[in-house]
Amino acid sequence: MTTTKQPLSHLDWLESEAIYILREVAGQCSNPVLLFSGGKDSLCILRLAEKAFRPGRFPFPLMHIDTGHNYQEVIDFRDQRATELGERLIVRSVEDSMKRGTVVLKAADESRNKHQSVTLLEAIEEFGFDCCIGGARRDEEKARAKERIMSFRDEFGQWDPKNQRPELWSLYNARSHKGENIRAFPISNWTEMDVWQYIERENLALPSIYFAHQRDVVMRSGSIVPVNVPLVSGEVANPVKAGEDIINMQVRFRTVGDISCTAPVISDADTVSKIVLETATSTITERGATRLDDQTSDASMEQRKKEGYF
Amino acid sequence: MSNVTTQHNDSLLRFMTCGSVDDGKSTLIGRLLFDTKTILADTLTQMTRTSEKRGLTAVDLSLLTDGLQAEREQGITIDVAYRYFSTGTRKYIIADAPGHEQYTRNMVTAASTANLAIILIDARKGVLTQTRRHSYLAHLVGIPHIVVAVNKMDLVNYDQAIYDKICADYLVFANEIGLAQSKIEAGHDISFIPMSALNGDMLVDRLDNMPWYTGNTMIEILEATPPAHSEHDEPFRFPVQFVCRPHASDNHDLHDFRGFMGRIESGEISVGDAVTVLPNGYQSKVKAIQLGEDQLQSATTEQSVTLLLEDEIDTSRGDMIVKTYEANEPVKQIDAFVCWLSETPMSTARTYVIRHTTRESKAKVGAIHYKVDVNTLEEQASADLKMNDIARITFKLAQPLMIDSYSINRATGAFIVIDESTNNTVGAGMIV
Repeated sequence: MTTTKQPLSHLDWLESEAIYILREVAGQCSNPVLLFSGGKDSLCILRLAEKAFRPGRFPFPLMHIDTGHNYQEVIDFRDQRATELGERLIVRSVEDSMKRGTVVLKAADESRNKHQSVTLLEAIEEFGFDCCIGGARRDEEKARAKERIMSFRDEFGQWDPKNQRPELWSLYNARSHKGENIRAFPISNWTEMDVWQYIERENLALPSIYFAHQRDVVMRSGSIVPVNVPLVSGEVANPVKAGEDIINMQVRFRTVGDISCTAPVISDADTVSKIVLETATSTITERGATRLDDQTSDASMEQRKKEGYF
Repeated sequence: MSNVTTQHNDSLLRFMTCGSVDDGKSTLIGRLLFDTKTILADTLTQMTRTSEKRGLTAVDLSLLTDGLQAEREQGITIDVAYRYFSTGTRKYIIADAPGHEQYTRNMVTAASTANLAIILIDARKGVLTQTRRHSYLAHLVGIPHIVVAVNKMDLVNYDQAIYDKICADYLVFANEIGLAQSKIEAGHDISFIPMSALNGDMLVDRLDNMPWYTGNTMIEILEATPPAHSEHDEPFRFPVQFVCRPHASDNHDLHDFRGFMGRIESGEISVGDAVTVLPNGYQSKVKAIQLGEDQLQSATTEQSVTLLLEDEIDTSRGDMIVKTYEANEPVKQIDAFVCWLSETPMSTARTYVIRHTTRESKAKVGAIHYKVDVNTLEEQASADLKMNDIARITFKLAQPLMIDSYSINRATGAFIVIDESTNNTVGAGMIV
């Protein structure tokens, strides 16, 4: 009776779990959407969605909430990927919310990252989405360690840590009433290392800024800040300030977000396998050195999530 | 020990820790993450800063595991948190649940996905009421591998006699509740280990304070534990999640494509196997098994695949594909142990929704047979079920479910109870 079976490798197991979660969303929700930024985590999810639903089409459109402060390479890559897949891409922009007056910046150079929440909620309402699939992972940040795979948000898009559904076995409950919303996280159980190993195994293409490249930066309060970054609009993000010395450095990005709050790391890793090795020996967490918006306080991610952030 | 790896073929183990902060549970997890070099420099810096702010002289490793602002304000852990580490040969997912009596539901939640439980005992205190509770719950939720960790050995001078006495006490109690017996019969196991999480004795490093203990260190036990589903043959169970019919596609080859998508919850399947689709009982054969672009000859437990059948059979989400010779009989009544999860007590007058695999049915309580006191394990008559209660209950179902006994198959023996007015998950059930 007893046999020794070869268990799935951790990557196969994680892949299978993520496919299962994506199919649960498709089976339980009537109008889901997949949030796609062009970043590495969402590129993994696109690959997982192919494995989950091909030869059929995805049972959801893709959507990007564009801050207007994204790297051109990433935006181009986003569009190219959507075209290759033949799936519908919706783009909603923070700048439109600013025009409507629903997003008001305190300062012109303020990070627009947190304002994405407003635009996201407006888009959810516009399309009547009952579930947003995202690439968040539990290992990214302390406030995410207790996040559910299917996370419940009320009518105001708020995440109440005390009012989350118990999640047992793999019996996910993605039910919601009209106006409420589920955020589904298929790669919750992945670490940064798992993501890079999966990218390597599946041979996934990535935007070029993930790989080591030369870039003009300055040192600003202990972080490497890319400066004078040209934007799609013709403007320039992060203009160099008086008294700062521009250094041309070899860097790469570990996360890809709003230009004003995503810092690169010094690196000569120009291939995925070099990045896997670098990730294995890194002494700094992914968001630690590179997300300027997470460092404000011990609880800053938790605060943003309560306000509807992804 | 190093987490430096570029290997893609590590296996994966999910485990949980049972105990309260006083038992050193957070320190144990902190130590495992620290000694496997999972904690990186910036996290350590932040922990050092917080420790200093609180007036502590050493870095408090337990800071790693209390996450939310709401919890930090109250100084307690109120929810299950998941942690990750890797040893280079295996990836681990830890479910960290608070251990107090009022958090039975969190323990059950954490246990539901675990294949191993570490039950912490304070060497100065021995087997306590909470040890019994944790052991009972781990047993109820079907965790096959139990590790009894006698912690804080440094505070009892690493005395072997104290350790031996605690192990003997535990075995007496385990026999009382039938734990030891059933474990041995089902091929499950209980192991014992002395340790000091604070000092790091017997976790990742052996150190030299307990030369009398020659058994495995904690990490050796974790590394040697078989992953879920690897130890026994299990019947094939494939709940259908989604049906793929890309008939609107431009590709004419796909006009007749009908793929049944889902995850193999147990067992194995090969091309050519005779299958039955439940509850209707239609029979067919497996024509193809697909995973992404790959055509497979066979597939195994926990793989998410697409099955193509030889005959055109009307099948939808919630149906279950099984091998014809080991089909289970659909039932319209289930007898189960239920842990109530909601602040609103269960109502015997109301209709609930039961979700079992990918299938749902309306359900009403037929009878509450008895409630189990999780501390004394006594059975008591009860008319109601409140949060954190565990009771044996019969449910009457509107739709048939394809079940197995939970002790044989955790995936097809488990269900959740949903309150349709709030859509909340209010109960967790294990079918007898």
